[in-house]
Amino acid sequence: MGIMLANIFGSSPVVPLEKHIEIAYRCAKRLQPFFAAAVNGNWTKAAKVRGDIEMLEHKADDLKKEIRLHLPKSLFMPVPREDLLELLLVQDKIANRTKDVSGIVMGRKMQFPASIADQFLEFVDRNVDAAKQARKSVRELDELFSTGFRGAEVDLVVAMIEELDKIETDTDNKQAALRGELFKIEASLNPIDAFFMYKVIELTGEIADMAERVGRRLELLLSH
Amino acid sequence: MEHQYVYIGLAALFGLFMAWGIGANDVANAMATSVGSKALTIKQAIMVAAVFEFLGAVLAGGAVTETVRKGIVDTDLLAATPELLVYGMLAALLAAGTWLFIASKHGWPVSTTHSIVGAIVGFAAVGIGIDAVQWGKVGKIVMSWIASPLVAGFIAYLIYQSVQRLILRQDDPLEQAKRYVPVYIFFAAFTLTLVTILKGLKHVGLTISLRDSYILAIAIATVIALIGAFFIRRIKPDKKAEKRQHFYTVERVFGVLMIVTACGMAFAHGSNDVANAIGPLAAVISVAQNGYIAAESKLPIWVMILGGGGIVIGLATYGRHVIATVGEKITRLTPSRGFSAELAAATTVVIATGTGMPISTTHTLVGAVLGVGLARGIEAIDLRVVGRIFASWVITIPAGAFLAIIFFYIFKTILP
Repeated sequence: MGIMLANIFGSSPVVPLEKHIEIAYRCAKRLQPFFAAAVNGNWTKAAKVRGDIEMLEHKADDLKKEIRLHLPKSLFMPVPREDLLELLLVQDKIANRTKDVSGIVMGRKMQFPASIADQFLEFVDRNVDAAKQARKSVRELDELFSTGFRGAEVDLVVAMIEELDKIETDTDNKQAALRGELFKIEASLNPIDAFFMYKVIELTGEIADMAERVGRRLELLLSH
Repeated sequence: MEHQYVYIGLAALFGLFMAWGIGANDVANAMATSVGSKALTIKQAIMVAAVFEFLGAVLAGGAVTETVRKGIVDTDLLAATPELLVYGMLAALLAAGTWLFIASKHGWPVSTTHSIVGAIVGFAAVGIGIDAVQWGKVGKIVMSWIASPLVAGFIAYLIYQSVQRLILRQDDPLEQAKRYVPVYIFFAAFTLTLVTILKGLKHVGLTISLRDSYILAIAIATVIALIGAFFIRRIKPDKKAEKRQHFYTVERVFGVLMIVTACGMAFAHGSNDVANAIGPLAAVISVAQNGYIAAESKLPIWVMILGGGGIVIGLATYGRHVIATVGEKITRLTPSRGFSAELAAATTVVIATGTGMPISTTHTLVGAVLGVGLARGIEAIDLRVVGRIFASWVITIPAGAFLAIIFFYIFKTILP
C-alpha cells in the first residue's frame, strides 16, 4: 500500500524542466569561448569547445526524451501537458541552434573579418544573455506550481519575461547592425564565405529568438 | 468457557500478527509524507509514529474497536453457539493478516480495514448464515469508505487554497507564513484533541463535560501553538537557498507545522486502524471469559496496549524501510502541500474514529492528496495509480472473505 501511495505522484516535470534549461543554457554559454577561439583562429581550442557543445546538446536531447516518456496521458496536472511539452521543445532548440551554428563555423574554419569580430562577439554575448534570462524564468516554475499560478509570483515571472523580451529586441538590433557592417565589406569577401557568415549571424540570433519563445510559453502557462 | 486460554492466546497471537502488519505497511503512509517533505528524518518519524500511534490506539481506539467487535456480526443469532463467534473472529484475524502479508509481499495496494471487514462479513455470511451479517451497519461502513476520501479531499482543497491565498501568493510570503502558521497549528491541535476528548476518551473511562472538553482542547492547542511559534521565530531566512527556491524558508516554517500534523496523523491512524487488529481479539476475549456473548463488556487495557505495541514493533522491524522508500518518492510534496493533505486526512480519520467507522487511512490520505492537486498544488498526479488504489478494495473484500471462510471451517473442525 505504501508504495502505491508514492506512485500516485507522477514524476514531476518541473525539476527535469529546470534541469533541461540549465543544460541548454550551459550549452549556449559555450559559444562565448568557442567564438573567442574561432576569431583568433585557434582551431584546436575551438574544436575542444565544440566537443563540449555537442556533449551538452546530446544531454539536453536525452533529458528531453526522458521527460516526454514520463509524462503519460493519465497525468492530472494543473497545466495542460501539451504546454509543458511545447516549453520543453523550445528550450531544446536553444541547444540545437548552438550546435548548428558552431558546426558551420567549425566545418568551414570560418574566418571573421577583423573589422566586425568584436561586434560579432558582443552579439553572441547578448544571445547568451537571452538564454540566461530564459533559464532564470524557467527556474520559477517550481514556485509557480506552489502558488497555483496566481499572486505576487506571477508578477515576478511576468517582469522576468519582459526583461527577456528587452534582451531579445536588443539582439535584433545588434543583428541588423552586424548585417549592415557585413554588407559594407561583403564585396571583399569570398562570396560563399560571406553567404555563410550571414547564415551564422542568423542562426546565432535564433538562440535569442528561442529564448524569447521560452518566455512566450511560460506566459501561456500563466494564463491558465 | 472451557479452553478459554487457548482461544485468548490464539486471538492475541493473530491480533499481534495483524497489528505488526499494520505497523509494517500501513503506518508508512501516515508518516512518509512528513519524511518526503523533509520535515522529519526517518528516525524522528519512527519516534513520532511509535508514540502517537500507541497513544491513538490506547486513548481513542475504543469506538472503532466496538464496531469491529460487535457491529458487523449479529450476535443475537449466536446466543446458543457462542463458540462460532470465537472461531469466526480467529479466522477473520488470521485471514486478514495472511492476506495483508501476501499483498504486501507483492506490493499490492490493500487496506487493512477492508481486509478485516471483508473477512468478518465473509465468515458470518457463509459460515453462519446470510442473516448473521448486520447489513445495515455494513452498508454504513461501505458508505464511509466512499465518503472519507471525498471529505478529506474537500478539506485538503480548502486548506491548501487558504495557504495559497494567505501566504504563498503574497508579496512577503515569509512574514505571512510566520504570522499564519501558528494559527494553523492551533486549529490542527484543537480539532484533533477536541474530537479525541469528545469521542475517544470515554472508552478509557474518562468523561469530561462538553464545556470542559472545549476549554481543555483550546488550552492544549494554545500551548502547542505557542511552542510552534517559538520554533518558527528562530527560523532565519537562508538567502543562498532562497535564490534557487524562493519558498525555501517559507517551507521550513511549514515544516514546523508538519511535525504537528504528523503527530496528528499517527494518532488518527493508531486510533482507527488498531481496531482492525484488536476488535476481533476483543470479541474473542469477551466470549471466552464470559462463556456467552455479552452486550457490553469493558475492553481490557492490555488489549489496547497489545494492539498499540504490535504496531510499534511492526514499525520498528519493517516499517522504516517502507517509510524510506515512500518518503524518497514523494519529495515533491513540500511541507505546505504535505501538511494540507495530512491535516485533512487526520481530521477526517479522527472524526470517523469518533463515530466508530472503520475507514482506510490510506484511501483518506489519497483523497486528501487529490484535494491538494485540485487546488493546483501538485505538478502531476498519476490517475491510473489512483484508480488502481481505489479499485483494490473490490479485490480485497472478497479475498479477505474467502480466506476467512476457509479458516473458519478449519477452526471449527480442529479447535476444541
